[in-house]
Amino acid sequence: MMKIDEKLALQKTATKVRMGVIEGVFNAKSGHPGGSLSSADILTYLYFKQMNIDPENPKAANRDRLVLSKGHAAPVLYSVLANRGYFDVEMLKTLRHVDSILQGHPDMKKIPGVDMSSGSLGQGISAAVGMALSAKHFGDDYKVYTILGDGEIEEGQVWEAAMFASHKKLNNLTVIVDNNNLQIDGSIDEVNSPYPIDEKFKAFGFEVAVINGNDLDEIDAAMQKVGTYEKPYAIIANTVKGKGVSFMENQVGWHGSAPNEEQYKAAMAELESALAAL
Amino acid sequence: MADIKKIATRDSFGNGLVELGNERDDFIVLDADLAAATKTGIFKKAFPERHYDCGIAEQNMVSIAAGIAATGKRVVCSTFAMFAAGRAYEQVRNSIGYPHLPVIIGATHAGISVGEDGATHQCCEDLALMRTIPGMTVINPADDTEAKAALRAAFDHDGPVYIRFGRLAVPVIFDEDYKFEIGKGVELRDGSDVTVIATGLMVAEALEAYELLKAEGISARIINMPTIKPIDKDIIVKAAKETGAIVTAEEHTVIGGLYGAVSEVVVAEAPAIVVPVAVNDVYGHSGPAPVLLDEFGLRAKDIVAAAKAAIAKK
Repeated sequence: MMKIDEKLALQKTATKVRMGVIEGVFNAKSGHPGGSLSSADILTYLYFKQMNIDPENPKAANRDRLVLSKGHAAPVLYSVLANRGYFDVEMLKTLRHVDSILQGHPDMKKIPGVDMSSGSLGQGISAAVGMALSAKHFGDDYKVYTILGDGEIEEGQVWEAAMFASHKKLNNLTVIVDNNNLQIDGSIDEVNSPYPIDEKFKAFGFEVAVINGNDLDEIDAAMQKVGTYEKPYAIIANTVKGKGVSFMENQVGWHGSAPNEEQYKAAMAELESALAAL
Repeated sequence: MADIKKIATRDSFGNGLVELGNERDDFIVLDADLAAATKTGIFKKAFPERHYDCGIAEQNMVSIAAGIAATGKRVVCSTFAMFAAGRAYEQVRNSIGYPHLPVIIGATHAGISVGEDGATHQCCEDLALMRTIPGMTVINPADDTEAKAALRAAFDHDGPVYIRFGRLAVPVIFDEDYKFEIGKGVELRDGSDVTVIATGLMVAEALEAYELLKAEGISARIINMPTIKPIDKDIIVKAAKETGAIVTAEEHTVIGGLYGAVSEVVVAEAPAIVVPVAVNDVYGHSGPAPVLLDEFGLRAKDIVAAAKAAIAKK
């Protein structure tokens, strides 16, 4: 278990990260707040506690890598990177602007701290597998993380990647599925159910943990196991889409739309008071 | 002529990988259950620990290659042209092309000379597909020497490279002194009436056409164009201005490949007649490769006819 002050610090950071998501999407007048908010706790934990990284040296050869396979959650990745010190938090307000480095989907060529360009679903996990294979082959000991959407795993390529990762025993790879249960056209079990997700990854030869992905203690417990298995590791993170902004929670309409001024103020006020209460 | 040495460029690819493998150990080779056919199997035999078989999952293989390259390592991935450029087009575009990662895509069994496997495997669209990706280098070597030289050049290139190799044994045209440079066409014969710009296995046919045209009193310039992108504008403009008529020759659909690339330069820089020798917007079918090359009009005699047509329109 994490110490209380450590958990509190992460909770505060995750709340600031959520504020950065709202700030970015509001100023962009477009983007994907729902799946960004659902994965905010996981990404905060990874970049503030788990990963071996250095914002001063974003290209360090032996750094841990993260591929945001669900690239449309770019606002939360950018907010985490900015809050971690890769670039100015103020820059989040330029999300998706024509002269900004903060592209609609992650761009490794433009944005410090982004390890792989992503956005076309299903491809990021394969790239993460390639990174893990490279580490094994060349004798490097860094770890690779990738975050997938639950809708994303409807892509066949995800399972090609899972099969290969297991076959090659890539135990330096951790796959996290942000299981918020909503995709653009509805709930994932209505559109094209990928359930049971845990059983599928087990069948593909993964060690599997199922956690509450919005609970930092459960995230912490699951992450303690990284690197301890012979097999690749899948964490199925049950989350709430839109988590932290009450009117966005579990609402599929907030998958890919931006708040208006009134909604923006309400969301920021709610997050401000949540931060103050911590 | 009976003693002309013939080698399929897929063999050159496999042998070239072994040569590079002997010189450097900083790269991985990926295949998708076709190592025996693409000839990465030759490399696998020499360096089994440096060859990874991704199984029948080309989209995953291409994105894995991108991930390896993103860690700063070199990687070659290989499958048939149909699956590298066709099935995995979007992975090539988004995972490799967009981040401009230095992945070498060795695509074999291109064109109708695949032969008996028939239309599903005869990829005549790959040059067009790959050429549309920003920053992609596209190379179609003519023979064994050029294929190995192109592979070597790709290792020294900072960006993605698509190299097209064939299944059919083709004449070795160039000797060991041949200098290959990405983006450069090579004038093989000088001439003044018409220019034949050929790529891949059509280069040997173009050299034969030169002799046939010469016998009829027609002076043809023959240019080998191994790099489809970036295309050598200077050599095209010079040919257009000096000969006023061009024939392009490629084992590829007439849409968007060499004919397209040359025409784009000609219409913008030096208008001239350009007549294509190519696969005429149709699927292939099963049969021996030489028979198919005859049937689909990809022979020296077809270049001769096109040259005459081009000259007549001057």
